[in-house]
Amino acid sequence: MDVRELYQELILDHGKRPRNFRVLNAATHTAHGHNPLCGDKLVLHLVLDDGGKITDAAFQGAGCAISVASASMMTELLKNKTRDEAQKLFTYFHALATGETTPAFPLNDTDTARLQALSGVRNFPVRVKCATLAWHTLKAALEGATTTSTEGA
Amino acid sequence: MASPVRHIAAPLNTLAIRRDFPVLQQDIGACPLVYFDNAASSQRPTAVLKAMDDFYQHDYANIHRGVHTLSQRATDAFEAARARVARFLGAQRAEEIIITKNATEAFNLLANSLGGLLQQGDEVLVSELEHHANLVPWQMAAQRYGLTLQKIPITETGTIDPDDVRRRLTSRTKIVAVAHVSNVMGTVVPIREISQLAHAAGAWMVVDGAQAAPRMAVNVAQLGADFYVVTGHKLYGPSGIGALYGRHDLLQKMPPWQGGGNMISEVFFDHSTWREPPFRFEAGTPPIAEAIGFAAALDYLSALSLDAVAAHEDMLLQKAEAMLRTMSSVRVLGAPPHRAGILSLVMDDIHAHDLGTILDQHGIAVRAGHHCAQPLMQRMGVPATLRVSFGLYNTPDEIDVLENALHDAKKIFGVA
Repeated sequence: MDVRELYQELILDHGKRPRNFRVLNAATHTAHGHNPLCGDKLVLHLVLDDGGKITDAAFQGAGCAISVASASMMTELLKNKTRDEAQKLFTYFHALATGETTPAFPLNDTDTARLQALSGVRNFPVRVKCATLAWHTLKAALEGATTTSTEGA
Repeated sequence: MASPVRHIAAPLNTLAIRRDFPVLQQDIGACPLVYFDNAASSQRPTAVLKAMDDFYQHDYANIHRGVHTLSQRATDAFEAARARVARFLGAQRAEEIIITKNATEAFNLLANSLGGLLQQGDEVLVSELEHHANLVPWQMAAQRYGLTLQKIPITETGTIDPDDVRRRLTSRTKIVAVAHVSNVMGTVVPIREISQLAHAAGAWMVVDGAQAAPRMAVNVAQLGADFYVVTGHKLYGPSGIGALYGRHDLLQKMPPWQGGGNMISEVFFDHSTWREPPFRFEAGTPPIAEAIGFAAALDYLSALSLDAVAAHEDMLLQKAEAMLRTMSSVRVLGAPPHRAGILSLVMDDIHAHDLGTILDQHGIAVRAGHHCAQPLMQRMGVPATLRVSFGLYNTPDEIDVLENALHDAKKIFGVA
């Protein structure tokens, strides 16, 4: 397994220059994610409108290139998704990252490319949690929880 | 404390030594394994595997119980292992060695048992560079017994200044708990000076020797340690076994912390009486074969001479430090006056976990993370480090492999 399949250009770019890396004062949903085994931490902010659509998503935190890139790309993917779509996206990404069969989910080409880039972790089992931390935090935020941990909340 | 001038032993023959460690004879992917994760756990030689295998095949039974031959043989072997640990640490008698399952259990035993001897408001001084194993049990004891936990900060270079310890000792200080060697930076802490100060203030000295014992000759009397903790799996022995040295007169005062079989003298329905140390502190069936393996590991290590091991790791450390100094974007944590076999580094713009994954692709096993020393990470202002830790089987050529892998990581991440 070539390590360059994990550290693709897109991952390195988002890892170095994360998008939506800021606080959202208008956030309606906020959750903290923590991986106690490695110390990675992030806080995710979402703005959901009355119809349950995500109008803005942002995060802050510290971690490895994989976890920062994953959070960065996730916030880009979430915009204009409904709560229901975001939950399905979580299930889809979780399956993709852990090497399971992915459920059907309609994605445009840009989003597909982002998720494919992140899916390189499935060949590096010890790094799967780096990629899924942001997504577990998303799930927690949508479910109204304020914290989540990769090692059981 | 070992120092470069004491290294007069013959150099290690690593070529021959490596043949004793079957696990090292393998490739990771397409690269030969370079095992630089010895501070997390070392590998074990065939002598240890064989000792445990022989014991299971010929002598195994539970100890201190049966009247049959196997039980007697197993008991003799277990007690011989205890005596072996005593000799290794320079203890006066075998009864000063308590067999534990690891270093963590030894600290929990101490915090629970010693904690009960203290008065509310008494102080426990713990250094900032401790592994969680020598911090969290004291936090718990402080809560339970109303003790006050006080911090010994580290200096700018990453060591502990005895003068600073002197200023922090009060009439209420009853325990000083410090690592002999930092598991993150390799700092060799001036234990002898600190224990003299602790004793002058009427405090007991607890030393975490988990990282020191595999890297230098240890003598608890010379160090002035009242308690000294080691673990088997870092000493080229099995996991699931450790040992606590405790001064005999202190052990006799200490209450047990776990109850059950073996630790009792007499049991009535509503109360019991305790055996003498060390048995008072060994409830239940101990790790028996692991003790046999542990003793074999100490035989192996002592036959090579700890001074020779210290000199070997010094040589590797010097080569690694020189290599890292020439490399841009790399920072080695701390610059203590004396380091032993362990160093931590951070790289600009590459997180330690990403580095660890890339090094693994080169066959290099290292640890990336907080190393169970989060207060130290907070003090150094880093979330995680890459830790390189040497063992007696590592070679200078392996440091060239590390250098090459670090350059590769910089190339992948586009770091200058």
